[in-house]
Amino acid sequence: MSKQFDYLDELEAEAIYILREVAGQFDRPALLFSGGKDSICLVHLALKAFRPGKFPFPLVHVDTGHNFPEAITYRDNLAKQLDEKLIVRYVTDTIKAKKLQDGKGKFPSRNGLQTYTLLDVIEEFEFDACIGGARRDEEKARAKERIFSVRDEFGQWDPKMQRPELWNIYNGKINKGENVRVFPISNWTELDVWNYIKREKIELPSIYFTHERECILTENGQLMNTNEFIILEADDVIVNKKVRYRTVGDMTCTAAVESEAYTVDDILVELKVAKISERGATRMDDRVSEAAMEDRKKGGYF
Amino acid sequence: MDLLRFFTAGNVDDGKSTLIGRLLYDSNSISTDIIETLTRQSKTTGINSDIDLALLTDGLRAEREQGITIDVAYKYFTTDKRKFIIADTPGHIQYTRNMFTGASNANLAIILVDARNGITDQTKRHSILSAILGMPHVLVCINKMDLVDYSEARYTEIENDYLLFAKQLGLKDISFIPASALAGDNVVTRSDKMNWYTGPTLLNFLETIEIYETKKTEASRFQVQYVIRPQTKENHDYRGFAGKVVSGNYKKGQRVVVLPSGIETEIEKIEINQREVEVAEINRPVVLHLKDDVDVSRGNSIVPIEHLPRTEKEITATICWMDNVGFIPGQKMLLQQNSFRTKAIVKEVISKIDIHSFMELQSDGSMKLNDICKVLIKTSEPISFDSFSENRNTGGFILINENTNNTMAAGTIN
Repeated sequence: MSKQFDYLDELEAEAIYILREVAGQFDRPALLFSGGKDSICLVHLALKAFRPGKFPFPLVHVDTGHNFPEAITYRDNLAKQLDEKLIVRYVTDTIKAKKLQDGKGKFPSRNGLQTYTLLDVIEEFEFDACIGGARRDEEKARAKERIFSVRDEFGQWDPKMQRPELWNIYNGKINKGENVRVFPISNWTELDVWNYIKREKIELPSIYFTHERECILTENGQLMNTNEFIILEADDVIVNKKVRYRTVGDMTCTAAVESEAYTVDDILVELKVAKISERGATRMDDRVSEAAMEDRKKGGYF
Repeated sequence: MDLLRFFTAGNVDDGKSTLIGRLLYDSNSISTDIIETLTRQSKTTGINSDIDLALLTDGLRAEREQGITIDVAYKYFTTDKRKFIIADTPGHIQYTRNMFTGASNANLAIILVDARNGITDQTKRHSILSAILGMPHVLVCINKMDLVDYSEARYTEIENDYLLFAKQLGLKDISFIPASALAGDNVVTRSDKMNWYTGPTLLNFLETIEIYETKKTEASRFQVQYVIRPQTKENHDYRGFAGKVVSGNYKKGQRVVVLPSGIETEIEKIEINQREVEVAEINRPVVLHLKDDVDVSRGNSIVPIEHLPRTEKEITATICWMDNVGFIPGQKMLLQQNSFRTKAIVKEVISKIDIHSFMELQSDGSMKLNDICKVLIKTSEPISFDSFSENRNTGGFILINENTNNTMAAGTIN
């Protein structure tokens, strides 16, 4: 017998199985890559699923223009190092071309706007499946979504009409114009992801680890880094803190957490005592309403 | 640490979502910001004064509005002993298909019974569905014990009733726990009001139950998902068959047969993550290389020569109809079994199963949403399979509507 088959092996096997199903069932799949830890794990899993062959899909990034520079550098290096195709489309271009209203307010979010760019890039390359790193433990609407989530021509999710999904049988049959969003790490939790990163010794962008950063301390106690997109006001409380990021979204809507974690092991220790959920700690966009995520998904969001 | 997947069946009225909420809450698996949200929501929609734990699992707007579970919600928690995946499935009959979705990957069913009502039609239906899906373990959680004065007599009565009913179902392993999810009795902490009960608490049970591994005794099975052919200079002749060992194991040098073609060959090399291994164990995603240059494509099975599955173009199966549109006799469809797909047709609806009595009734040839029927299916290409009761990994399939692409039905081969 080889070593014990544990829960990480089982989650890994499930994810690889799903990736290979995508490769087997679709003509033009894509892997949505953000530079965040979840999509970095997806790339790692794709290596295990398809090497020595090339990925049967390109990496696609919807660049909001508000991304952390560390994540962008990581993205470009990774694609080069793996010699895989990377497609980048910019929300800034979509705003110009479609004459859209850019995010407003103190923390101008492009979260809603990136759906336009995503749907455009799907149409441009006629992608029939888009693989994403979303997890069901992140949010209660995501907890309801299938692993193969069929979207109509407008990218919309209909939670009441989801296809039954049994055993290891994934029905990816669609009509032209529709597409399937595929979530291979649906069943992973934040802690699972970190345990996997540790076990597989996966490299991450530096902002996941503690560093000094100048931040605005917001009214509800969140730490937002100061940057060119956030309008500073006279009464803003500016602090210098040792922080890290639990998720890597846009600079305008992702908060940092105070941390002394220099290594993945340190992060695991922190997470075990963390009292606040990942999205709760770091995302401003989910706080809009109880059904914020459900509504965005119905609109074509991931 | 291993992983236990279980599902819960029962209505909100039985306290199902409350039970899951209790399990997560008492095992410290809920973050403070989620509890804050819940407290806020509970004030407006909740039934209880402080926190309505049911609101934890009902993630869709419509569910919160109506106070029912419509679709499966997946919840996760970890203790020192195990990682758990809960599929919280709807109890209402009109959402049976969603219950099937949540239950299909589980190893354990938790069936909730309201101690006041005892065994109901719904209990029977959920047990029958568990039996059809070949659930290795069933736990009957007799809930709301606080409302029957924690009576041992009542508990024993329900236990006996259930065992009497379940005899015909062929469930392999049935356990019982008396509990009150609302009050927290015997969910995570032991109740001091039921000293007559000496068994484990629910969490204790979940942490220690030995997961029945049917797979260990089953013949080796592998289906090709994807053919890896790099066609580069250094890997010019590389042709690897990627897939997962769903039961048994494969060894280098083993004689195998490719199905449905029936061609015999030998396993030349086994790779896991580009590393060569001697044996491919169960559940591992692997790449197999065959000695001879035979025709193998996605959906083909590679099986040991001494343990062949059945390979036929006609199967009888028990299917659950899952589409809003009923069955149309003569309609062409696709049958998908893991990565294998073929055209198929339902030749005959043999009988309909009464989901409250498990009796086979005469069929009028129709199949409507949530009907469970025995059918005869003819496929255009031969399908390699084991009966579902022998191997859950090769005996299950879905039927896809060729026109709408919807999953119309799910079936288990007899």
